[in-house]
Amino acid sequence: MNGPTTVWLAIGLTAAGCYLLKLLGLLVPAGALERPLVRRLSALLPVALLAALTAQQTFGAGSALVVDARGAGLAAAALALVLRAPFLVVVAAAVVVTAVVRALGG
Amino acid sequence: MRNVTGVAERTAPASAIPGPGSEPASPHPVPEAGPAGRPDRAVVRDALGVGVAVGLSGFAFGVTSAGAGLSLLQTCALSLLVFTGASQFALVGALAAGGNPFTAAAGAFFLGTRNAFYGLRLSQLLALPRPVRPLAAHWVIDETAAVSLAQPDRRAARVGFTVTGLTLYVLWNLTTLLGALGAEAVGDTDAWGLDAAGPAVFLALLAPMLRTATERAVAGVAVVLGLGFLPVLPAGVPVLVAALAAPVVLWCEGRRAGRTAKGADR
Repeated sequence: MNGPTTVWLAIGLTAAGCYLLKLLGLLVPAGALERPLVRRLSALLPVALLAALTAQQTFGAGSALVVDARGAGLAAAALALVLRAPFLVVVAAAVVVTAVVRALGG
Repeated sequence: MRNVTGVAERTAPASAIPGPGSEPASPHPVPEAGPAGRPDRAVVRDALGVGVAVGLSGFAFGVTSAGAGLSLLQTCALSLLVFTGASQFALVGALAAGGNPFTAAAGAFFLGTRNAFYGLRLSQLLALPRPVRPLAAHWVIDETAAVSLAQPDRRAARVGFTVTGLTLYVLWNLTTLLGALGAEAVGDTDAWGLDAAGPAVFLALLAPMLRTATERAVAGVAVVLGLGFLPVLPAGVPVLVAALAAPVVLWCEGRRAGRTAKGADR
């Protein structure tokens, strides 16, 4: 673990960087979106990022790939989504199934 | 194109590219709240549902951050000032692994780049007055974008953005604090399955976006890229590589459309 000054430096950099990114999107002139390609791309980028994040947080362990109880939890969440369950039920299904599978030694 | 307010449509040159991108007027054909608009109550219910569910996963962040060795103040500062979950998780993970502050912050920053694209879409959809934008910017994240973009009109989108943002900000920070305080009491958070909350949230946000074959192709390619590069690239970079799935799939579609058009000419 790094010292407190180093950690605060990292927090400051991250806070400033992430805020500027959020602001950038809101301040970019409207004309930037009038081009169909840009519009199409900005609609598809969240799809790509969310899909990749879902997969990584389910099967990633540091820089390794593993199949563990989280996979079962995500399958439960997917099933809940297919059954049109509310958001909370989807997340709860993932958490509960993951915990149960782990408790059973999965 | 619907325009229930009767506001004169801006004229723009018709696009050369056919398909959904060819509407000549404003990028978002969003009607203002009309008589047929979605009731505020329904929007608020959606927004609260997302806000509460994700807010609760702030508990998981608080526990993780404290477990990674950050102080209570540092953990809370992250949730208050960064307020974008994936970046926060990435940062504490990198710091715990002994990564230097610049690499750690870079990973978190790259994960946050998607918020700029959400902002790009939201600025059109919400049409916020300029003085409000620096304040609203802090709430431009996955969940507020997902709720706002799912609404049928501008008024519903604004209600969705505000209620989701406020609920999330309050709960995310409150539960971060509780998580950091309760880290010792909880012990092993993984035993409680709390590490599955994050990906389940992402999946629930993603599911409604997978409307056509194009979106599904982008998601599929992104999963392959995101997992394939995870073992070989530094933390935070594989997700950026996965973002390339969007332009790649669009480019392939463009080529196929071009070939089809040529074939039809013969």
